[in-house]
Amino acid sequence: MKRFAELLDRLVLTGSRNAKLKLMTDYFRSTPDPDRGYALAAITGDLSFAGVKPGVLRALGAERIDPVLFAYSYDYVGDLAETLSLVWPGGEESSGDGPPLAQVVDTLANASRSDAPGILAGLLDELDIPARFAIIKLVTGGLRIGVSARLAKQALSALGDVDVSEIEEIWHGIEPPYEDLFAWLEGKGEKPEGRAAALFRPVMLAHPLGDNDREKLDPADYAAEWKWDGIRVQVSGESGTRRIYSRTGDEVSGAFPDLVGAITFDGTIDGELLVGTPPDETGSFSDLQQRLNRKTVSAKMQARYPAFVRCYDLLRAGEDDLRTLPFRERRAKLTDFVADLDARRFDLSPLVTFETFGELEALRQSPPHPVIEGLMLKRWDSSYAAGRPKGPWFKWKRDPFLIDAVLMYAQRGHGKRSSFYSDYTFGVWTGPDDAPELVPVGKAYFGFTDEELKLIDKYVRDNTVERFGPVRSVRAEPGHGLVLEVAFEGLNRSTRHKSGVAMRFPRVSRLRWDKPAGEADRLETLAAMLD
Amino acid sequence: MRPEQLLHTRPEGLYCPAGDFFIDPVRPVERALITHGHSDHARAGHKSVLATRETLAIMKLRYGDDFAGASQAIDCGQQIAVGGAKVSFHPAGHVFGSAQIAVEAGGIRIVASGDYKRQKDATSAEFEVVPCDVFITEATFGLPVFKHPDAAGEIRRLLGSVAAFPERTHLVGAYALGKAQRVIRLLREAGYDRPIFIHGALEKLCAYYQSEGIDLGPLEPATLDNADSGDFAGEIVVGPPSAFADRWARRFADPVSAFASGWMRIRQRAKQRGVELPLIISDHGDWDELTRTITETRAGEVWVTHGREEALVRWCEINGIAARPLNLVGYEDEGD
Repeated sequence: MKRFAELLDRLVLTGSRNAKLKLMTDYFRSTPDPDRGYALAAITGDLSFAGVKPGVLRALGAERIDPVLFAYSYDYVGDLAETLSLVWPGGEESSGDGPPLAQVVDTLANASRSDAPGILAGLLDELDIPARFAIIKLVTGGLRIGVSARLAKQALSALGDVDVSEIEEIWHGIEPPYEDLFAWLEGKGEKPEGRAAALFRPVMLAHPLGDNDREKLDPADYAAEWKWDGIRVQVSGESGTRRIYSRTGDEVSGAFPDLVGAITFDGTIDGELLVGTPPDETGSFSDLQQRLNRKTVSAKMQARYPAFVRCYDLLRAGEDDLRTLPFRERRAKLTDFVADLDARRFDLSPLVTFETFGELEALRQSPPHPVIEGLMLKRWDSSYAAGRPKGPWFKWKRDPFLIDAVLMYAQRGHGKRSSFYSDYTFGVWTGPDDAPELVPVGKAYFGFTDEELKLIDKYVRDNTVERFGPVRSVRAEPGHGLVLEVAFEGLNRSTRHKSGVAMRFPRVSRLRWDKPAGEADRLETLAAMLD
Repeated sequence: MRPEQLLHTRPEGLYCPAGDFFIDPVRPVERALITHGHSDHARAGHKSVLATRETLAIMKLRYGDDFAGASQAIDCGQQIAVGGAKVSFHPAGHVFGSAQIAVEAGGIRIVASGDYKRQKDATSAEFEVVPCDVFITEATFGLPVFKHPDAAGEIRRLLGSVAAFPERTHLVGAYALGKAQRVIRLLREAGYDRPIFIHGALEKLCAYYQSEGIDLGPLEPATLDNADSGDFAGEIVVGPPSAFADRWARRFADPVSAFASGWMRIRQRAKQRGVELPLIISDHGDWDELTRTITETRAGEVWVTHGREEALVRWCEINGIAARPLNLVGYEDEGD
């Protein structure tokens, strides 16, 4: 337990990606099975304890400490495990090595839903603060220690000197504590492949098309297709197993029973998850959001926002792995393949014919459908390669919308940003010219550098008009205020906001220290974008 | 008389009409009573200042001889009349010379704690509990998540790291007044007798502590001509945290970045500062010290200021003590 606690502690405090990889590789190399496998599963989010959910932890906390004080603490720390490990009474003294990780996992995994809270509380009473933190992280799954599942897989690839896509490809066929995986990586066993049907195939991604790239490319080498504003998915069916994966290989089938039901084929499709009735009716991203991150989906929800996949590529058809074929051939096979599928659930992403990049540029700026966020360029002769190779595929997104807004309120951040005013509410002018008023139109908390964050934080502290808990209202008058250039992807009408508009994906694109607040945009400018 | 008539907030700071003075005002005023020498509490430019002898000396070191129009020293425990109010100073245990200020008039006594801690500290007189009607407490670490471990244990971790990485320089971030001297003193108490290298910003204050009989052992400036091997490998260097992000820090061999502060209890705080070796050593009381102190003063009412007011107010409510936040502006929590 102590080693695992140390690993988590060091990972949290290590900024550099390479140092994190080294910490994990060293840990995997020097820790015996099955402890290392459970640690790996904890990092990749593949351990789950039915009896312990975050709600149980909050409830345990509430038994030991006043819920209001707990809430203040959690709000400040920004991490449930760390909060609970600290507010739990006692634990200032070191508790030594503690029980082995595998034993803790075993005990908690076999605990019934009714016993688990008591068992967990007993462990917390026994352990010191770092070990408590580790154990709570373990039972809650999502570690939030700055290490993605992908980074852990990269540490494994370093451990065994294999390509990370090899690990991604077998990942859904193996299980904690992964003794077969470690045996293979250490040259003591066979590669554990082909253990399950409908496994994930690592996804091919695109680089943004740079200004200099266009001149070097021959338009005749590339196919163009719309980049739809949904969620990139991989849909796989094999011997009765049906799965939908996110582009990072996480399974998301549970939220889309309507789509899973239509996987009647044997093959693997790469496409965009959207809602609506293809091909004519494609719902917006906010419609799609109604379907995301849900554990269960009501029949009503499925009827109102039916999910479908707009197909980009075909990676496998039956037994045949098509990934080494050129895009031109895969596209022809995809066209035939999709023709046989349920047309309400699968349609073919249309290609865009063009002669010159100038033509495409015009289309990119005014696409024929609001749910298009740009163009994709794919080399006709490109094979389907995992990762983000430079050259075969490019994405060419529509430019974001920009407005100049005035900083109105700033809120203290969470966790890492606890000491910074890092969440900004900004507004634009409305009302008569001689008595303008600011109306808030959105909130942004990224887009600036750490250096800029320090400057804005200082500005907020120096120009505070009022404080409401973690929020400060900032001086914002025509003659005195900070102008933020805000970039956003789209604008929706909103009845919940006083301004009547809601921005999609707003972020600070520039700080306009030079611009007088009075010259920031007016609400009419935004209203015009709606129409 | 209601307590609010004896002391209340004004934009300049906490004001006592009966004595016509401010406690730790953030703007220049006619008459200021100062709890301790940290710059957010002790500012230059007041007409007259009343403080402990040590705090006055620290203000003089920091701001020069003309830090105030006039100054008057007061001993801890001594009570004097200021206008229509009686005031006395009592040790706060925060930094050398730090004091709480008790103000009495009309049969009411209010104690303004300034900043304080209860942990043992050889560089500061121990906190004295002063019974009062209203206790004004700081709340820098006013959340139950703040648990400061024994400082000697934190110093042992530092020395353990120095032993484990003899080829690296240990850079210990510690604020120039109080924290730096306490860390150095703790190192001496742990038996570390090598010279400790200090940043220039610490020199005057360390010399002052030494002149007051606080033995900090051999200190040397962390200048380039002082580096035997050229890069301070294996040595401990103490400096203000801000200097570590500076070009100044480039002279050190593969430095281990350590930071002595109560904030280091929170991992993300350490992470945000790029701290590799967090040392939880604080000038301020942790949650248990704050709540214990409130209980011990037996104050019927508590005013909570600079820090996490809401949580301490809540704790007081649960424990049947009247409490409210005192919204003083201008005190930043970065002094730890």
